[in-house]
Amino acid sequence: MKWCDEGIVLSSRKHGETAAIVTLLTRSHGRHLGLVRGGSGRRARGLYQPGNCVYVTWHGRLPEHLGTFSCELESTVTSEVLHEPMRLAALCSACAILDASLPERENYVAIFEGIRLLIKALAHEEDLVWMTVYVKWEVGLLQELGFGLDLKACAATGVTKDLAFVSPKTGRAVSINAAKPYESKMLPLPAFLLPGGGMPARFDIVQGLRTTGYMLNKNVFYPSALGRTPDARARFMDRLKA
Amino acid sequence: MTTSAINNLINLLAKLPGLGPRSARRAVLTLIRRREVLLWPLAKALAEVAETVCTCKTCGNVDSCDPCYLCADQGRDQALICVVENVSDLWALERTRAYKGLYHVLGGTLSALDGITPEDLNIPHLVERAADPAVLEVILATSLTVDGQTTAHYITDKLHASCVKISGLAHGVPVGGELDYLDDGTLHAALKQRKPL
Repeated sequence: MKWCDEGIVLSSRKHGETAAIVTLLTRSHGRHLGLVRGGSGRRARGLYQPGNCVYVTWHGRLPEHLGTFSCELESTVTSEVLHEPMRLAALCSACAILDASLPERENYVAIFEGIRLLIKALAHEEDLVWMTVYVKWEVGLLQELGFGLDLKACAATGVTKDLAFVSPKTGRAVSINAAKPYESKMLPLPAFLLPGGGMPARFDIVQGLRTTGYMLNKNVFYPSALGRTPDARARFMDRLKA
Repeated sequence: MTTSAINNLINLLAKLPGLGPRSARRAVLTLIRRREVLLWPLAKALAEVAETVCTCKTCGNVDSCDPCYLCADQGRDQALICVVENVSDLWALERTRAYKGLYHVLGGTLSALDGITPEDLNIPHLVERAADPAVLEVILATSLTVDGQTTAHYITDKLHASCVKISGLAHGVPVGGELDYLDDGTLHAALKQRKPL
């Protein structure tokens, strides 16, 4: 069996002396693992850095086999973000989240397009712009995984104005008035996540990530084998807060 | 020596990096053939290393004494600490003979995939060493990989409180390298870090 696809490197684990088991998020084959001979050797190691976009060819005798990848670099973002701590932390966080949350070999075209947009923003956009893209990417990821936030109207009163909180139980928006008795238990809903919300400040980004982080942890990571948010995301959050 | 003893030796040698069962068999046959010249000296050297080698409590290097010969050498520049991932990186830098300061071996890099957290690395001791007023500069010589640079940025944050200068290795065109044969990432890094001539 053989197929060719576009892919984004999520992680690479050394296997034996020079081989590597590489995890890619591919456009048509979802999160897919494969063996790369020589993948952890001196020459190829640079290719299999998280965030790199590659053209991949997979070979395997049967579809359920691990199979082998041979990859060609399409574009690299790694060299552009390596010297920028915040962007690098965001890239690591995004790759670790995808690696930990997506099932194997399930097709998620929207998530693939989303991470490509995020990578492009990380490489070329101003700080607040890529941070906004990052938060919206996590919101989109929750949506694709079936735990989307419903931010159209207040869950309690149905009003569409003054939405400032998210219910941690349902993921639905709550207005300021309706949230008053439970304000301390509510998650923040920064205005930039609402239609026409404008550009956020750094504080709003942190608030947005607090909300998406809680929902990811509760719905995706806690029930998974990992049992907690990946360290890379926690480090990104710490860096943003500092 | 019985056959099982030879097999045992072959199996042990085959576990070494760069060796498989076939090359291990060839090595064992050579050792047996050259017993006086190779086998006995090798056995003695192995026993000596097993008995004496320890990890330096100051820098994390391996040596037969603690502190290691690099930390004990007062002729080295005590104001410089070069942070490396592994002992093999330390040896690589020593081979160049271009660096005369002290070292600090982290013992790896932060890695979300392998579950290596800051607590697993030799970072708290580095922070202690950098707080010494005699230390003026810390050179972060971690790999130019995502994990290596994540570790470097983490250490930079941790050393922020101590008033040392923090620097990193330059990245770009290798000596003897031709631009046509370089990968995009290296060229990008080289262009970004260009310097006036």
